[in-house]
Amino acid sequence: MNTLLSILLLTLSILLATFVLQISKQLNHHLEKNSKPFDMVIGAKGSPLQLVLSAILHIDNPTGNIALDEALRISKNPMIKEAIPVSYGDNYRGYRILGTSDEYLHKYGATLKEGKLNTKNFEAVFGAAVAKKLNFSIGNSFVSSHGLIQNEIEVHGEKPFVMTGILAPTGTVVDHLIITNLESIWEVHEHEDEHLEYEKHKDEHKEITALLLNFRNPIGALQLSRSINKDTSLQGALPKFEIDRLLSFLGIGFQTINGIAMAILLVAGLSIFISLIKTVRERKHELALLRTYGATTFQLLKLVFLEALFLSLIGYILGWLLGRVSLLLFSALDSDTYTYHLEVNAPDIQEFFILVIVIFMTVLAAILASFSLFKLNISKNLADA
Amino acid sequence: MIRTTSLRFTYQNTKTHTFYFPDIDLSFEQNALILGPSGIGKTTLLHLMAGLLIPEKGNVFIGNTCVHQLTRNQLNNFRGKHIGIIFQRTYFIKSLTLLENLRIREKLSKKTTDQHRKKQLLEQLELTEVRNKKVHELSEGQRQRLSIALGVIHKPKVILADEPTSNLDDKNCEKVISLLKKEAQICKSNLVIITHDQRVKSHFNKHIIL
Repeated sequence: MNTLLSILLLTLSILLATFVLQISKQLNHHLEKNSKPFDMVIGAKGSPLQLVLSAILHIDNPTGNIALDEALRISKNPMIKEAIPVSYGDNYRGYRILGTSDEYLHKYGATLKEGKLNTKNFEAVFGAAVAKKLNFSIGNSFVSSHGLIQNEIEVHGEKPFVMTGILAPTGTVVDHLIITNLESIWEVHEHEDEHLEYEKHKDEHKEITALLLNFRNPIGALQLSRSINKDTSLQGALPKFEIDRLLSFLGIGFQTINGIAMAILLVAGLSIFISLIKTVRERKHELALLRTYGATTFQLLKLVFLEALFLSLIGYILGWLLGRVSLLLFSALDSDTYTYHLEVNAPDIQEFFILVIVIFMTVLAAILASFSLFKLNISKNLADA
Repeated sequence: MIRTTSLRFTYQNTKTHTFYFPDIDLSFEQNALILGPSGIGKTTLLHLMAGLLIPEKGNVFIGNTCVHQLTRNQLNNFRGKHIGIIFQRTYFIKSLTLLENLRIREKLSKKTTDQHRKKQLLEQLELTEVRNKKVHELSEGQRQRLSIALGVIHKPKVILADEPTSNLDDKNCEKVISLLKKEAQICKSNLVIITHDQRVKSHFNKHIIL
């Protein structure tokens, strides 16, 4: 009973620790990988974090639209190496439709798996995850819905898109996007404006949602973002900086859970210790008997240590497996919400480190528990009838 | 051969009584009974002879070895190889089977028994059929016989038995005594039995009375 409790506690702590470790690690990796291609985002004023989350990671709403000509004016700055405009705001069955240039796909290293890239207006390519989920074949057409959430209320019914190609999986946000060109996005909304007889801005400047930039050298970044934020109606946000900020917020949460895991681990260690003490006490007769058979104290110690290590290894392996299963469940539940899925990885170096801690703790518990073996009174334990 | 010289022992936790034991000297293959009322120190003497207790004074010689001059590890080793103890109460490794208990005993005493002897021993003790049973599934009599097997399987120089017949009826008492005598003969060892059982007396010539 006691033994079972020890294993259970150990399992729980390992489960928590490895689960949090994997989530934080994969989240870090995911965020870094996706924000890496761009040094800066320019968009409408608002929260810089929101701008990065929406324009780069595609998990938040945009801060608003910006005028294309104003954005292009900034992109002429000599410090800027390249600028990729993106425009979004529509979805098909919950998958975001992103109007952009071919350059965007190059930045994420996305290549075609089948079909061809979109060349004309109202042609679109699907990211790998989208294609898999929607089960589309090339040539199928679809109509977009307004907004970023799946709905049937505002459907751009007159202008259907044609799917011309499917991208190979990249492990980035591209997998979860439907890519088309900027003109298609503009055209969808122009028509709609006419149809709904919106008068304002009808012939006015074209708009985009954000401009993704890369600098010639990193010194330009701070300087330019400062001047944009001060002198224009736009804002420049640095993805790396914002992501780091986001991760530091999340880090507190991860650390808290890790702390809880460590506390449980400590209790597990204590429980193993108590269980071992009990074992030694209950089997005093057996241990004394083994001594009369010629077993040395060292051999008896070995028995206690083996039992302890056996317990903790079972606990660790069980906890690790359950951690991975949890990851799998979590991933299955939330892959649509977070536009990426968690992977079930082989044990990594940190998990090995946890194992080392567990073994160290077990050995310590075994040493403390087996002190009484050194003064085991064979005669007394075997004479007491 | 086993010999004790002026053994003296006091239990450290009580210190109330000091036991003085008469010297025992058994030649090759000689058996002996140690008799005496309860509380006189029979089991203490047996444990001193087995090296489980360390005497205050005096010594125990088995063969050419001076038992109480051995180091702790040497004593372990010596006890495992050359002394067989049959305790008053039967002790086993509960989670193992009969055969596994025998095997662990062989392994720890670093002596391998040939399969023929093991088989013969089990047959003699009528344990062959239950050899793969867990020890807690055995009957009282079977346990008693298993503890004899555990005391003699490694062919010790000395077999020490502590009240081996106390819980047995007349028929089984006879059987156990003759089994012990027979095994002592096979092993070419000294058999020392401590008892207050009058039924045993007639089977042995040498009586040591405490």
